[in-house]
Amino acid sequence: MRQGAIFGFLGPNGAGKSTSIKMLLGLVQPTSGHAQVLGASSNDVEVRRKIGFLPEDFRFYDWLTATELLHLHGRLCGLPKAKLRERVPEMLDLVALTPHRFKRLRGFSKGMLQRIGLAQALIHEPELIFLDEPTSGLDPMGRRLVRDVIRAQRERGATVFLNSHLLSEVEVTCDDVAFIKDGEVVASHDLHALAAGEMRIGVRARNISKEALTGLGTWATLLHVDGEQYTFTTPLAEYLPVILRHLIRSGADVYQFTPERLSLEDLFLRTMGEDRGL
Amino acid sequence: MGAWIMAGITFREAARRKILWTALGAGLALLAIFAIGLHYQMQDFDDHNVAPILRYQILSGMLLIGLYTVDLLAVVMTILTSVDTIAGEIASGTIQAIAIKPIARWQILLGKWAGFTGMIAAYVTLMFGGTVAVSYLLAGIAPQNPIRGAALIFLECMIALSATLMFGTWFSTLTNGVLVLGLHGLAFMGGWIEQMSGFTQSERLVTVGVVVSLIMPSESVWRRAAFEMQSPLAGSLQFTPFANVSVPSGTMIGYATTYIAVALCIAVCHFRMRDL
Repeated sequence: MRQGAIFGFLGPNGAGKSTSIKMLLGLVQPTSGHAQVLGASSNDVEVRRKIGFLPEDFRFYDWLTATELLHLHGRLCGLPKAKLRERVPEMLDLVALTPHRFKRLRGFSKGMLQRIGLAQALIHEPELIFLDEPTSGLDPMGRRLVRDVIRAQRERGATVFLNSHLLSEVEVTCDDVAFIKDGEVVASHDLHALAAGEMRIGVRARNISKEALTGLGTWATLLHVDGEQYTFTTPLAEYLPVILRHLIRSGADVYQFTPERLSLEDLFLRTMGEDRGL
Repeated sequence: MGAWIMAGITFREAARRKILWTALGAGLALLAIFAIGLHYQMQDFDDHNVAPILRYQILSGMLLIGLYTVDLLAVVMTILTSVDTIAGEIASGTIQAIAIKPIARWQILLGKWAGFTGMIAAYVTLMFGGTVAVSYLLAGIAPQNPIRGAALIFLECMIALSATLMFGTWFSTLTNGVLVLGLHGLAFMGGWIEQMSGFTQSERLVTVGVVVSLIMPSESVWRRAAFEMQSPLAGSLQFTPFANVSVPSGTMIGYATTYIAVALCIAVCHFRMRDL
């Protein structure tokens, strides 16, 4: 993982995403090998001062109020009381729960629990933050709030390890992604490089000769033909005008030329295989 | 520091749970019934002009019954309040958010133990003190060696607590509760079997009783407490939970204390190694 980046960890159900996080946090012991986080063993108690964690489906003592919960987690992280008096209202504000600060958790909705869980993970300003499905159970407004909070952590210099099923969320939030399948990382990508890279092109045209298609091979690969509808991929966006020029010069009548970036979902399905569900 | 935070939150959790207040309500009801019984008994003594020595023996017996009920209530409350604390938090995942904080797992477990210990100490003090105060105010009697008796009842609760926390690192809440209550029942039966040996002079019955006490020493500790608190005549009443037919030795009390330490060590070791 790059320091200061948001790292997305993706894989189908049962691939080992949550287990990997738990191993890195020392909650689960590896059956073989060992895990290191921030240069220390995952079982090192002191390194946890620099780590924040939001578990999937966050649950805590439901008899505590939101304020009490944050005070407790802050104290467990070693924050002095004076610091906590500043941090707790800040965190409640950050996750938009100030109006509910004296409400007990048993009265919280799932989305509110996720948000207070996020606040407890960030209360001690950790260097490394593990978020396991942070947006599950949230409405679109809540998802946006969490997205903004995650980006703000990156601005602060923290590194975020994000485990999510929502590929669209990962796509707009993460800098890097890794795909895990059957317990092994099978691919990793820099999403910014990916955005500038491979594209899919939908073309509706008549009179495309075989020679024209062969000639296109330098810049694009034909994926699919359905009547007048052609689908190509091209490795670089810079090739787009060249491909269009080539088609027109070869005598084709082009009615539509639609380039699309390869989505994270396309990449995911290509890596995992179409039959593997999320 | 982490252990103290956990102790504090455990104490507060118990205080905010209905079960503690229910146990307190049950305790107050017990005290009220005990007081009413003593009051009527005193009236009967006056009406029938009962001899002072007989009065003393009957009242001593009533006091011991009251303290025995306090003992049972305290042990059951100890098990019921603590049965969910480790097992339930592991099952629900609540423990994860705590276990990744910069505190060692032994601090989490011993902090919880300390929190419950404080709560149980307060409960035993309140109930034991209340029973003794009621009997002294209404009937003018007090147990022999009350401090030693209260300390032994507290020790019995600690045995139940430590066993509950230990099994809680292995089993689910329900299994844990059944296991510890079952062991307490086993110890109760063992105590009776050992007392039988006083009549039959059977070495084999003694052996059965001792083996059961080694598996779960809670009943032995109560029988020692009863021996310490009772009047000599009350102790000679046979087939009661207070009979001094077979009194557990000081060594058994030492064993019970070691039992707590060993149970806690096993609990810490297993909790430290297990996946959460």
